[in-house]
Formats: sequence, C-alpha cells, structure tokens
Amino acid sequence: MSNPVAARIQADITENPVFLYMKGNAIAPQCGFSARVVQILTHIGVPFKTANVLEDPDLREGLKTFSNWPTFPQLYIKGEFIGGCDIVTEMFQSGELATALNEKGIPHHAAA
Amino acid sequence: MKTRADRLAAVLRQQFAPDLLRVDDESARHAGHAGAAPGGETHYSVLIVSAAFRGESRVARSRRVYAALGDELAGGLHALALNLRTPEEHAALAKAC
Repeated sequence: MSNPVAARIQADITENPVFLYMKGNAIAPQCGFSARVVQILTHIGVPFKTANVLEDPDLREGLKTFSNWPTFPQLYIKGEFIGGCDIVTEMFQSGELATALNEKGIPHHAAA
Repeated sequence: MKTRADRLAAVLRQQFAPDLLRVDDESARHAGHAGAAPGGETHYSVLIVSAAFRGESRVARSRRVYAALGDELAGGLHALALNLRTPEEHAALAKAC
C-alpha cells in the first residue's frame, strides 16, 4: 500500500481486535458521540485501543476516505468497519454488538 | 429564508421518498462544542422511514444518506445523528414500545 495513512490505518485495525477512531481519548473524549461509544465499549468490558483524530489531520482526512464515512467516531472490529455512534448504540441496545464480538471470538463480559 | 433543516428535508424527501421524515436541529444543545458555529445549524438528528432501505445494511444506509448530503457536510454541517429504518422495522419498534 503506497499511501502511508492508509497503511497506518490498516495496521491499527489488523493488529487490534477492537479499534476506535475518536475525538479525544478514552479517558477524556472531546465529543459527546465519541464519549458514548467509549462508554458502551467500557460497559461491555471489551478491551479496545483508540486514536485521536483531532491530533492528526492527515489521519482524520485519510479515515474519511478509507472508511467511506465522513464523521467520527469510527469503530472497527477485527478489521471490519462497524459504524459510528448511532450504529454502535443500536447494536448495543439490540444485543448485536455482543453477538458480533462472540462470533469474532473477542472476549468481553456483556450478558449474552 | 430557508433553514438548513429545510434544505436537508428537501434533499432527503427527494432521494428517499420517506413514509416518515424528521429533521431536528439540535445545534443549541451543542453550543460551544467542537464544530459548533455561532449561527448554529451544525448539529442535526434525522429519522427516515423509507422502503428504499429494504435489504441494506446499516452502514450502507448511512453511506447513502451521507452521500446525498455531501454538499451540506462540506458546508458546515458537522454532526448528523441518523435513525434509518424500513417501514417494517419502524412498525416493529412502534409495537415494542
């Protein structure tokens, strides 16, 4: 892959089972939508890594193209783009998020 | 003068022929946040119930809405909360509540 940002994103989402591109970090989210996804992932007890797009304009723009998605946060599970805050919230409420983690063999402590 | 909510509604109505469409301007609730502008018109919540979403994944539905609103996103629309349902999904939700 010749594009260094795309290569970096590919490495992030390949090396980490659950990766969240967000505004701010897990301790101090700088956007309500990012904060909600952090809250959900923390609640279901799945380990995740984050990157702060506010600190890296190239990453922020690169992700819009890479994911074909114009807004943040953006959640990846096992290299697959899951969606933003609305989709993650819906999947959490319906139980689909726990199911998806189970199917991908990622340990968490949400009730099935 | 047309508000951004009017413009969003017009584009969405034309693109998705929705059974139900709601566009709420929530900018005031986000005043002072990143992406908020002094004149507002930055943060919206949208509900679309449309047969056009049948057979499509959540991600695919959202991508279609973002594509339809590309000009607005490039022009200061900062955040868009999306609820995108088929008529069947909407009816099932209404029953569940």
